[in-house]
Amino acid sequence: MKALLVAENRDGKLLASSYELVAFAQQLGADSSMFLVGSENALPQYDGTLYLADSGKHSEYNPAVHKQLLLEVIAKEQPDLVVFSHSSYGWDLAPRVAVALGAAQVSEVVEVVEGAMVVPTCNAKLRRQINVKTGKTVVSLQSGAFCLSEDPSGTPIVEKIDTETASQIVFEGYEEAEAGGVDLSKAEVIVSAGRGIGKPENMPIIEGLAKALKGEYGASRPVVDSDWVDHGRQVGSTGQTVSPKLYVACGISGAIQHLAGMKKSEYIVAINTDKDAPIGEIADVLIVADLKEFVPLMTAKLLA
Amino acid sequence: MKILVCIKQVPDMESKFKIADDATWYDSKDLAWRMNEYDEYAVEQAVQLRTQVEDSDLTVLCIGPQRVQETMKKALAMGCDRGVHIDDDNSFQKDPFEIASMIAEFAKDKSFDMIFTGMQSQDRGSAQVGLMAGEMLSLPSISTVVDFTFEDGKVTAKRELEGGIKAKVSCSAPALVTCQLGLNTPRYPTLPNIMKAKRKELLTLSVADLLKVDSTQETTKIYFPEKRSGGLVLEGAAGDLADKLIQILKENTGVLA
Ligand SMILES: Cc1cc2nc3c(=O)[nH]c(=O)nc-3n(C[C@H](O)[C@H](O)[C@H](O)COP(=O)(O)OP(=O)(O)OC[C@H]3O[C@@H](n4cnc5c(N)ncnc54)[C@H](O)[C@@H]3O)c2cc1C
Ligand SMILES: Nc1ncnc2c1ncn2[C@@H]1O[C@H](COP(=O)(O)O)[C@@H](O)[C@H]1O
Repeated sequence: MKALLVAENRDGKLLASSYELVAFAQQLGADSSMFLVGSENALPQYDGTLYLADSGKHSEYNPAVHKQLLLEVIAKEQPDLVVFSHSSYGWDLAPRVAVALGAAQVSEVVEVVEGAMVVPTCNAKLRRQINVKTGKTVVSLQSGAFCLSEDPSGTPIVEKIDTETASQIVFEGYEEAEAGGVDLSKAEVIVSAGRGIGKPENMPIIEGLAKALKGEYGASRPVVDSDWVDHGRQVGSTGQTVSPKLYVACGISGAIQHLAGMKKSEYIVAINTDKDAPIGEIADVLIVADLKEFVPLMTAKLLA
Repeated sequence: MKILVCIKQVPDMESKFKIADDATWYDSKDLAWRMNEYDEYAVEQAVQLRTQVEDSDLTVLCIGPQRVQETMKKALAMGCDRGVHIDDDNSFQKDPFEIASMIAEFAKDKSFDMIFTGMQSQDRGSAQVGLMAGEMLSLPSISTVVDFTFEDGKVTAKRELEGGIKAKVSCSAPALVTCQLGLNTPRYPTLPNIMKAKRKELLTLSVADLLKVDSTQETTKIYFPEKRSGGLVLEGAAGDLADKLIQILKENTGVLA
């Protein structure tokens, strides 16, 4: 089996997630080569052929250009698998490549069981095994699902690639994440509110528990998107990454993008009415209760 | 201007899921159904664009069994002009490639100026259908959009990247965008608009007319993930639970010292 690994570069640096692709290929026992729009100054530690397009020229991600570069490498390498990270780069580029190849695409692979790829379903409450029917397969890997057992090593054989493809899409610039807000990464205790709080009037319940535990309060994305809590307090892949001594998730289902921001917490408590909520998979304690009843009681007992 | 928005009906994710008898999908009985969360943002943006540009016409398209018409009515009540229901009892077995090709087949000769989809569906979560349809129609497409403006035929959108960084990109219509959470504030349909929606056109098409490709993959097994061992699950009266939790925190964390 042959795999083409689509590594990622941002701000002149190779993203560490690129090594997750290497781990995946190793686990499958596949021969691999790598594709990167990046820089000669930031090469991956990898033994194999690296098809390298210059990020100076193709710096900002442009779907049509990156697709064309990749398709030319695929035509040459004829891989069975084209492997991406399930990132804003990967989930944008992968379907375009899949359509061009007429290949199946399997998104957000978390493991491989007896040769079948496994993906989360229904907000990670369920898992599915997939049987692919096409010759080539495009896959994207869930962030963190595959890890190298050793530090990466090696030196790639670099083959430069280039294209003059025109694109209908124009890159106009980056906008930095909203600055300001509280630096939650310093807090020892974080109590976070999820959509389960129901309405903004219930926020004081969460803030109350945070105070009683001498910590800060945070929130999941829907709570922030609804303007119930300031964006500066969002935890997750598009918010802050935290690792407090204690994280209390109140009315949070446990979507992967939320977990990405808090799973390294030392101790995790979840309060949820749904016993099957995926947060239960990583919580040290899951309290099956209505937060509106439980949290004020807990706060009162702590302050007593 | 002609606008298309594609929506999917999904189970409420707080439902108690059961595995269907053949274990290749979840049991569709006893579930509450709703509009895919991401698609609510797509519908809202489409409605806003329809209001912004004079003489616009907005079609909402949904592939699924009869019951999806309930969800389509919500989109009509939010401000879509007409519905196209591709009636398919087996849509749950269709892969993203098939769903996208049906959308593309429907849209190919209708000269839509803008197509909106959700970034991903909550049940499949593949994040494929929108971009695939865009590729099949040879349209410029922009995914994961958290900000959208349209002026003089030009789309300017912000794509959300990791860590909250955004990439601003632009292209000319016709184009397709896939909508991310937080793009706007989806409206609640008002009662008069719900009544009006009942009289709006809802066309039904058959799968056979639109499906011209073979599936690329199938789900062979669906199951609940194994619970991580060691995690405690506590149920009972709230007062007892609070006492227990305080005890646990004292024993296992340094925070109540
Ligand atoms: C690219 C991308 C990036 C994202 N980035 C982030 C991010 O940075 N951070 C983030 O949080 N999300 C992010 N998301 C969104 C993420 O996928 C989920 O949609 C989100 O985390 C869900 O938030 P939630 O758990 O609060 O809400 P829901 O998933 O709606 O869960 C609500 C939970 O509350 C429970 N509940 C309901 N009522 C009660 C009650 N009375 N008492 C107790 N429990 C109750 C329910 O059982 C349910 O489990 C991102 C998504 C994408 C696609
Ligand atoms: N059955 C369907 N009918 C109409 N649109 C759909 C359907 N399935 C998916 N879509 C659209 O494609 C988007 C992405 O879906 P997915 O690729 O399944 O994650 C959704 O947000 C919808 O806008």
